[in-house]
Amino acid sequence: MSAKSIDKLMTGMLYLIAGVIVLLLAGLLGYILVQGLPHVSWHFLTSPAKSFEAGGGIGIQLFNSFYLLVLSMLISVPLALGAGIYLAEYAKKNWVTDVVRTAIEILSSLPSVVVGLFGFLVFVLQFKFGFSILSGALALTMFNLPLLTRNVEDSLRQVGFTQREAGLALGLSRWETVVHVVIPEALPGILTGMILGAGRVFGEAAALIYTAGQSAPALNFGDWNPLHIASPLNPFRPAETLAVHIWKINSEGIQPDAAAVSAGASAVLIIAVLAFNLLARWGGNRLYKRMTAG
Amino acid sequence: MQNYSLDDTYIKDLDPQTHEFAITTKDLRVFYGDKEAVHGVSLPFERYKITALIGASGSGKSTFLRSLNRMNDNIEGSQVTGEIMYRGVDINSDAIDVYEMRKHIGMVFQRPNPFAKSIYDNITFAPRRFGEKRKAVLDELVETSLKQAALWDQVKDNLYQSGLSLSGGQQQRLCIARAIAMKPDVLLMDEPASALDPISTSTVEDTLMALKDQYTIIIVTHNMQQAARISDYTAFFYSGQALEFDETRKIFTRPKIKATDDYVSGHFG
Repeated sequence: MSAKSIDKLMTGMLYLIAGVIVLLLAGLLGYILVQGLPHVSWHFLTSPAKSFEAGGGIGIQLFNSFYLLVLSMLISVPLALGAGIYLAEYAKKNWVTDVVRTAIEILSSLPSVVVGLFGFLVFVLQFKFGFSILSGALALTMFNLPLLTRNVEDSLRQVGFTQREAGLALGLSRWETVVHVVIPEALPGILTGMILGAGRVFGEAAALIYTAGQSAPALNFGDWNPLHIASPLNPFRPAETLAVHIWKINSEGIQPDAAAVSAGASAVLIIAVLAFNLLARWGGNRLYKRMTAG
Repeated sequence: MQNYSLDDTYIKDLDPQTHEFAITTKDLRVFYGDKEAVHGVSLPFERYKITALIGASGSGKSTFLRSLNRMNDNIEGSQVTGEIMYRGVDINSDAIDVYEMRKHIGMVFQRPNPFAKSIYDNITFAPRRFGEKRKAVLDELVETSLKQAALWDQVKDNLYQSGLSLSGGQQQRLCIARAIAMKPDVLLMDEPASALDPISTSTVEDTLMALKDQYTIIIVTHNMQQAARISDYTAFFYSGQALEFDETRKIFTRPKIKATDDYVSGHFG
């Protein structure tokens, strides 16, 4: 075979592989949406779930998912930024840093169910937070932090050393150079990592079953005082999320319309993650353009 | 290539009575770990003159230059000993505010490194960080710096486009404009034209000649014609030592050291 025909063959193979992957993903997405969307209605999205009869919704679970996501990102993003900046910009090359980096790598491959059980032992029992949003958010932080940190560090490292030199040579301090030169340039990478992390968190179930709990007590959406027991913002209430709800319905649901609720909830989950992705990407691009005139 | 003695040196004495110095170094040594990369260099740099540092790759000239505004501080395991006198102060001491010092001793690097910001922001970024907020002053600064760097005419209508959208030569002149917007005393240049095409190089050279009235320039270059064209003094570096320092025309016509002679006539390097 000539080099040219091998080239053609290989290019064809790559197209084929890419096509199979796209087809697989599109099929999966399509199946979930086709199965689920017919069950999605305003009523479904806003009403509370029912345990024994048909016609339950996912309103509280949906809210819980978003609240938990926001809370865990509020905790993990600053920590990841701090740790990532330290590792990329300040950490000396020595064995301590190597140990930290290795630990992060190992943690990032920890199965989420292990993270969940760890959260159960530490946050739920030891710290006596109970099955609560706070326990869930902390468990999700444990789950998300290693990857986020790694991502921040990698994104910062992508920015050339010459950019740092440029800042320093103008008399900027190291901190100013990091904050005003390096981070703006690394922002798209950091944001992409955060978005992916957020998607992972939003769809996570195993880490939450034993931390945020599997029940969704009724909420009073007229009461936004975080200290009130029925307030949606109360971080000490148990909070079943959408992903946990889907898992629970499929494993032990006894509603007559369990299959339909599960399908509808899955479709909503996927759409929420998608919408979140697109929004964050759009916002990230705008932010990057504004900061870099790119 | 033969080896030359490091003890056989000629450093022209400039009389402090008749010459004003921007920077003088005394026994400046740079270590990377245990390795000494620059072996005790003592050189004077006259104010409002261009001094060229020439020599083969690895001769220590860039390392020496980078130590003048303490850029080597950022390289782990590096250590600089000796004196760097600037305005009567040894800036190679721990007591010095390095960041403040770098406002006075600016630097332009080998590879153009504009920030991922607009042309306008590239120039005003540092001045704004140091407290200049007045729009009129910043506008004026952008215009004068770009004019001094011979870039104004090409970019005056696109000041808000990204600095990275410019060509390599324009980017380098933007970096020069950015450096002179800080109104430094001394400009250190580390082969500023080595990544540029001949036309851009000659524009940058014209820029440097024009800047000489207001700035002291110390430039590392591989290009001997460039050194001969633009500099007033030349120091020849060999193997981590400054072997010869003299007026540029003497270095290129009647060098006193054999190594310099061989280098400028193209026998090695």
